[in-house]
Amino acid sequence: MALIDDRHIDDAPFRMSEATPGDYIALLKPRVMSLVVFTAVVGLVAAPGSMNPLLAIIAILAIAIGAGASGALNMWYDADIDKIMSRTASRPVPAGRVTPGEALGFGLVLSVLSVMTLGVLVNWLSASLLAFTIFFYAVIYTMWLKRWTPQNIVIGGAAGSFPPMIGWAAATGNISLESVILFLIIFLWTPPHFWALALFKAGDYERAGIPMMPNVAGHASTRRQIFAYALLLAPVGVAPWLLGYTTLFYGVVSLALGLGFVWYSWKVLKMPDQDKAMAPAKSLFGFSLIYLFVIFAAYLGDRLIAHLTGLGA
Amino acid sequence: MDKLEMVDLTEKQKKTRRWRSIAIGLALAGLVVVFYVATLAKFGPAVLNRPF
Repeated sequence: MALIDDRHIDDAPFRMSEATPGDYIALLKPRVMSLVVFTAVVGLVAAPGSMNPLLAIIAILAIAIGAGASGALNMWYDADIDKIMSRTASRPVPAGRVTPGEALGFGLVLSVLSVMTLGVLVNWLSASLLAFTIFFYAVIYTMWLKRWTPQNIVIGGAAGSFPPMIGWAAATGNISLESVILFLIIFLWTPPHFWALALFKAGDYERAGIPMMPNVAGHASTRRQIFAYALLLAPVGVAPWLLGYTTLFYGVVSLALGLGFVWYSWKVLKMPDQDKAMAPAKSLFGFSLIYLFVIFAAYLGDRLIAHLTGLGA
Repeated sequence: MDKLEMVDLTEKQKKTRRWRSIAIGLALAGLVVVFYVATLAKFGPAVLNRPF
């Protein structure tokens, strides 16, 4: 019997993988994941009622893996533009350490695993929100909005805003005004955060053909929009205190942070067109990271103290 | 019979494959622990309460 097969082992684009576990961890975007975990923990812990701590840890783990899965799907689809930008050129897929197919398979398997784990072991509302978040980030943002409109990160920012709501839904089985406000804080924070980065990385985005706001509408318009979003973000950040379900401690911290955000955004607004160093934009980008971390930490601390002393809602 | 044509892995490929195998093993072991713990957490002492 003859074996008829023209293929030779050296002919096809056959290659043995040299990817390390570290490359697969990089596909999960660990830095983004750490932010997702932090905000999801805040949503889960701040929610009223009590949750089995083991199930709470599993819920956070599933949310983290789900966020990582959407990161892997993003890197699979965006490998072509990641290769062009200096910030992303060394990622595992554009650098050739992981094939696009491997990244796609990895992302899909982890997506299904994380959603099913959350649904079966915690509740299906939080699992549905996680599934929607993965879909929104991978399909709506990555495949559609990112390359099509300068409003990409405004609408796409919703994906990064869901984790505290998922944490809240995992603990309570519902969505409430408190969790919607946590969503809004991240949602309104995202555009000025990314546009501050896009101002001083405009060349990178332009080379990759991504329609970020500074490339499409110009620097002056971007600076005005950053300031407008800062004016919206500051009161929403204070809203949990204004609505009466946090203490004065949170009110003072969130007010100071909000004023700081408006002040840094004002400096960006007043930045001259010919400013190449863009120090105000870099300062705003740095402060925006501090803002989000501290406001959520203050909210968490406030709610924990309220739980422990029985003063909270 | 001709000798079967095999792929000769480089040292780097062997090393990374070994690391990947260990990582997959650890991930699967972690998954077993997660579902074991979750079963106990969800059912509590009732997990032992079964007819013989």
